[in-house]
Amino acid sequence: MNAELLAALLVLGGALLAGIRSVLGPTFYDRVLAVNVFGTKAVMLLAIIGFIGDRSGFLDIAILYGLINFIATVALLRFVESGRYSS
Amino acid sequence: MEMISDGLLLLGGFVAFSGALGVLRMPDFYSRLHPAGTADTLAQLLVIGGLVLRHLDSTGDSLLVVGKLIAISVLLMVTTPTATHAISRAAHLSGLAPWTRRSTDLEEQEESP
Repeated sequence: MNAELLAALLVLGGALLAGIRSVLGPTFYDRVLAVNVFGTKAVMLLAIIGFIGDRSGFLDIAILYGLINFIATVALLRFVESGRYSS
Repeated sequence: MEMISDGLLLLGGFVAFSGALGVLRMPDFYSRLHPAGTADTLAQLLVIGGLVLRHLDSTGDSLLVVGKLIAISVLLMVTTPTATHAISRAAHLSGLAPWTRRSTDLEEQEESP
């Protein structure tokens, strides 16, 4: 079996576990943490898929996904702390 | 070179999977922070290092892809600990109590009679 494919399957399984925690999570912060972990796994998966299919355009999508993931986490936390998005 | 990149990719996949398993199985929010923050940072470093080695091995001269991969790695290495710190700070400021053996014992005692 190809090593890239096996690594992609492992990362996909990890993303599935983080998704389960984001559904189960007892508190709001558990869910935000699990969604953040899911986003990091998605960035890794996009990079590996770009190498499996030999398409370097997937790396741009991975950069964009990482940036949006960080901004979304910080915006959610800000919204919960203060009740609004802008200061 | 091929074997090193294979080993890095498989090790990165294993670390990513075990970190997510820790996020699923840990008993408490504050203990879930530890696999989420550290395992992901190590896993993306290993996976992207393996991909960089594989790309340098196969084609050799296209440095744009290597630059993009290093940009992804640096971006994740900055943002993942920052996001974890922001989540833990928000939870601490909102008054979420850490899990201890004693607090669960007290809850069981209150529930049992």
